[in-house]
Amino acid sequence: MSNLENLYRQVIMDHYKNPRNKGLKDSEEYYSVHLKNPTCGDDLTIQIKVEDNKITEVYHDGTGCSISMSAASVMSETIMGMNLEEAKKVINNYVEMVKGEEFDEEMFMGDAIVYQGVSQFPARFKCATIAWKALDKAISNHENCSHRHDEEKIEVK
Amino acid sequence: MKVNDIMDINKIRKDFYVLNNNDLAYLDNAASTLKPKQVIDAVTYYYEKLGVNIHRGVYRLSYEATDLYEKARQKVAELLNCQFEEAVFTRGASNALNLIALSYGMNHIEEGDEIITSELEHHSSMLPWQNVARAKKAKLVYVPLNEENKITVENFKKVLSNKTKVVALNYISNAMGYMTPVEEIIKLAHEKNAIVILDAAQAVPHIPVNVKALDCDFLAFSGHKMCGPTGIGVLYGKYNLLKEMEPIEFGGDMIDYVGLNEVTYKDPPYKFETGTPIIASAIGLGRAIDYIKAIGFKDIMKHERMLRDELIDKMSQIKGITIHNPNTDTGIISFNINGVHPHDAASVFDEENVAIRAGHHCAQPLMHCLNEIATIRASVYFYNTREDINRLVKAINKAKAFFENFM
Ligand SMILES: Cc1ncc(COP(=O)(O)O)c(C=O)c1O
Repeated sequence: MSNLENLYRQVIMDHYKNPRNKGLKDSEEYYSVHLKNPTCGDDLTIQIKVEDNKITEVYHDGTGCSISMSAASVMSETIMGMNLEEAKKVINNYVEMVKGEEFDEEMFMGDAIVYQGVSQFPARFKCATIAWKALDKAISNHENCSHRHDEEKIEVK
Repeated sequence: MKVNDIMDINKIRKDFYVLNNNDLAYLDNAASTLKPKQVIDAVTYYYEKLGVNIHRGVYRLSYEATDLYEKARQKVAELLNCQFEEAVFTRGASNALNLIALSYGMNHIEEGDEIITSELEHHSSMLPWQNVARAKKAKLVYVPLNEENKITVENFKKVLSNKTKVVALNYISNAMGYMTPVEEIIKLAHEKNAIVILDAAQAVPHIPVNVKALDCDFLAFSGHKMCGPTGIGVLYGKYNLLKEMEPIEFGGDMIDYVGLNEVTYKDPPYKFETGTPIIASAIGLGRAIDYIKAIGFKDIMKHERMLRDELIDKMSQIKGITIHNPNTDTGIISFNINGVHPHDAASVFDEENVAIRAGHHCAQPLMHCLNEIATIRASVYFYNTREDINRLVKAINKAKAFFENFM
């Protein structure tokens, strides 16, 4: 497989064209995080609902390239139903994987595993991680009982 | 040399290490150009043979460093056709444009005054004035762009008024490659006693610029977009304006007399060059000016336009792409592959070793006008070849075909 075919796997493009769990809920039950990458214009909001330490609902909405938008859809499916500890492990593992560093290949990652190809495209690292960073932030906001609505910019590296 | 080649490109390309060391179609020249070895050598000469401060030392090495630094200023003055004292070295175009706004703007703009700019500006041309307008309760007025998103004299007249104090516009748009009709705009603005600032970051590297003929009040450009080093740029200002302007930075080198409670400053340009300047980069810029002049703007323009025509011609034959500026005046072409986000396309280009820019090009207001989140921009310089254009066209076709697979 060429680098490109490895980056743009069928699964990724399928999530891009047919995103799952897309669209936000207008309710105070959710922790939401809005992330923007001012350099490229990616703009993404994710929402999670946590019950008994478990992520029971995930939604996302935004605009951006196929990698960032599909990753939000994939993330929403992958972490649905996980408890917070599991979810945090998956986030870290995913980030290591797309950076091209050592990661736990045994860990359950769902469709997120296909983002391995990103490691050959360092310029796309931020696209692949924006949704997962938003999730990480939403989880820590929940754990710290801090703001339910968060606005952030991704710093330019 | 081919019959209709304008200059000896192969010879020129040998001067550029980056072109020799990479199999690369470099088409991101509006962001930064590559540097020829002559410029790198000039910078290295300073670090290897001199390495000392300027103006301060009374020894031989310092004398030579000072001489090279000031000779570079002289080259800038000759390039722009201004006086030596009217060329201020800055860190770049952004730094120069901010200096004008913070010094001239903050001291001259009053509540209710109007500042004209446009949605076609680079953020560095427009944001310093948005800041002044906010601080002084002045009004920022945008020239309406025409249907091609150009600035026209007609539309400029619609916003010019007796309240206009400052006109801050690009000379050539970095996102669309249009040339602003600055000659007439400057005349009209002066009839209202408004001053005109030209963001010439995309002009000075590509076309002859004569500030006396233009009669603009200020003009700014960057060295790194014209074969020079990063970290150096120029602010041109009419001497009488520079003379009465307040410095915005205070400290070493810019002073005449310092007392405990009072200070007098040097005359321009020195009162705006606080602290040890970017000596090596200024020397490098001087060398870059020599290099470009030796090729000549006439040939540079001809060559760039030939490549542009060829690119637009070839791109027009590809279905499913939108060219935003088919009537571009320069070698800057902005486009989208329909249905493909520019960053997705950019990864295909990257695999093909075609360097272009995908993004908002520091012109977010323009992206709203174009109704796009981002565009792809290809921009040529004198060292580009038809082969580079062919490689870009091939990459566009590849990106299209690749993403059509998933449709
Ligand atoms: C039209 C225009 N103005 C201003 C700038 C800012 O130049 P610099 O980043 O060198 O300060 C640029 C380059 O990015 C430009 O293209």
